[in-house]
Amino acid sequence: MSVVELQGVSKSFGRDVTALEGIELKIEQGEFISLIGPSGCGKSTLLRIMGDLVEPSSGRVVVNGKTARQARIDREYGIVFQDAVLFDWRTVLRNISLPLELSGWDRRRRKGRVREMLELVELTGFGDHYPWQLSGGMQQRVSIARALSFDPALLLMDEPFGALDEMTRERLNLELLQIWARSASTIVFVTHSIAEAVFLSTRVVVMSARPGRISDVVSIDLPQPRTGLTREDPHFFELVTEVREALHLGSDGERGTAQASAGDPAV
Amino acid sequence: MASSALAIPRRSARATAREHLGDLAVRAGTFVLVLAALWAGWEAYRWLWMREGWTRPFVVDETTMPRIHEIVGQLFERLQPGGPLLIELLFDAAIFTAKEAAVGFALGASVGFALGVVLAHSRLLQRGLLPYVIASQTVPILAVAPLVVVYLGSLNVPAWFSVSVISAYLTFFPVTINTLRGLHSADARAVELMRSYAAGRWSLLWKVRVPASLPYIFSALKVSATASVVGAIIGELPSSIQEGLGGAILNFNQYYTLDPASLWATNIIAALLGITFFIAVHLAERLVVRRAPENVA
Repeated sequence: MSVVELQGVSKSFGRDVTALEGIELKIEQGEFISLIGPSGCGKSTLLRIMGDLVEPSSGRVVVNGKTARQARIDREYGIVFQDAVLFDWRTVLRNISLPLELSGWDRRRRKGRVREMLELVELTGFGDHYPWQLSGGMQQRVSIARALSFDPALLLMDEPFGALDEMTRERLNLELLQIWARSASTIVFVTHSIAEAVFLSTRVVVMSARPGRISDVVSIDLPQPRTGLTREDPHFFELVTEVREALHLGSDGERGTAQASAGDPAV
Repeated sequence: MASSALAIPRRSARATAREHLGDLAVRAGTFVLVLAALWAGWEAYRWLWMREGWTRPFVVDETTMPRIHEIVGQLFERLQPGGPLLIELLFDAAIFTAKEAAVGFALGASVGFALGVVLAHSRLLQRGLLPYVIASQTVPILAVAPLVVVYLGSLNVPAWFSVSVISAYLTFFPVTINTLRGLHSADARAVELMRSYAAGRWSLLWKVRVPASLPYIFSALKVSATASVVGAIIGELPSSIQEGLGGAILNFNQYYTLDPASLWATNIIAALLGITFFIAVHLAERLVVRRAPENVA
């Protein structure tokens, strides 16, 4: 059974803006899927539709055999945004345990799990800090720990490293892959960066804008586990080129200029 | 691993303590300086206007502007031979008024907060009730106060509690408005996050919206803290309570031409009481509100 199944999913905002049209996608257990595309291609909207944060205008969304809504109620989603969205008034420890509190875990179980999570994202010893005492990269790791704390079936990440500098970003990419391997979760990852998408993913979903459509799906057959050396693999460059070309085909000609002038209705 | 490179620079405890002391000294210095400047300004104004005989905006003489040292000195005079010092009288009065104001403040803050929460959850109620909440504040407190005293008096409620209710009347409004605003200030993505955890309304309120609103609520509480003291003083006037600062003000007002310094002295004590309330709220805020230093409202 697929973890996510999208059938004919469309989304319009108002009468004139079609953010997504005819999306068909199946995501299997343990995959790492990146959604990539120009601004306005609706990749963030698609992610939100999977997570039942936005309702599709038409089409079907099935997550683990249930409706997206039921999956949300069953707490099958872990979400990470571009900003860490940590709660200033809670320590790192209590930020991570928030979803556990909501799921009714008792204090002792929460404590044990939070300790594991801090280890997983290599922040042991920072549990009693407040979020604003941490660097951006560390905050984002707390956010990932929080999203993974309750073992969600699906991890939805909306440009989680977009606000970080290149070096922190590359390091967190590696860490994310390790976490993914260890937790055996399924990840859907929205990004602007072709290299990041290729490096991380098992498949890259290339989208085009106005209306948002899936224009291509590129399978990334780079060997696992990926390391710093993967980025120097000639095949890595071939795949980057393939994704880049798919992106350009998807947003050629007039569409390219329209895209520069109009805003991004999906955000 | 890399977290060591990202570790927070920690300053030594001694350096922090030294900085803290220095900060304290600067603040105390500023306070004294401003106080001295105000004192000097008062005396200079007084001296200039009396020498030139200027009559605008008002005539300056011993009655309208007593010397500062006379006002302060008055605090340590006995109004009747063998009686208590004025400052002792006023201290007791201030304690009495403080009790009324504290109860009124607690009452007003609770009602204000609850009303803010209710209004935040229903657009319909907000549209329907908010105009009346606002209207309640445009009615002069001096018109409302006697009504409260009469109504509550007929229910055999102690008079000081009527005063607390009047004080609460002045207190609740800023709290309601800021609670309403603060509850809506929660980060939209934080709300989405809570939605993704399938959190109920109650959890969303207590775990996200209320903590997010605390800086707003505390700004309101600071306004309300001083307003509650003013409310208590005003509330004492129609309820013929003699034990509080309101009673003292009324009393010294009648003898103003003979003894202006006593009324001024009472005003100083009333102001100190208001400041005490403000500082109490400020300290509570520092204990309760945990925020990035740049995000403290």
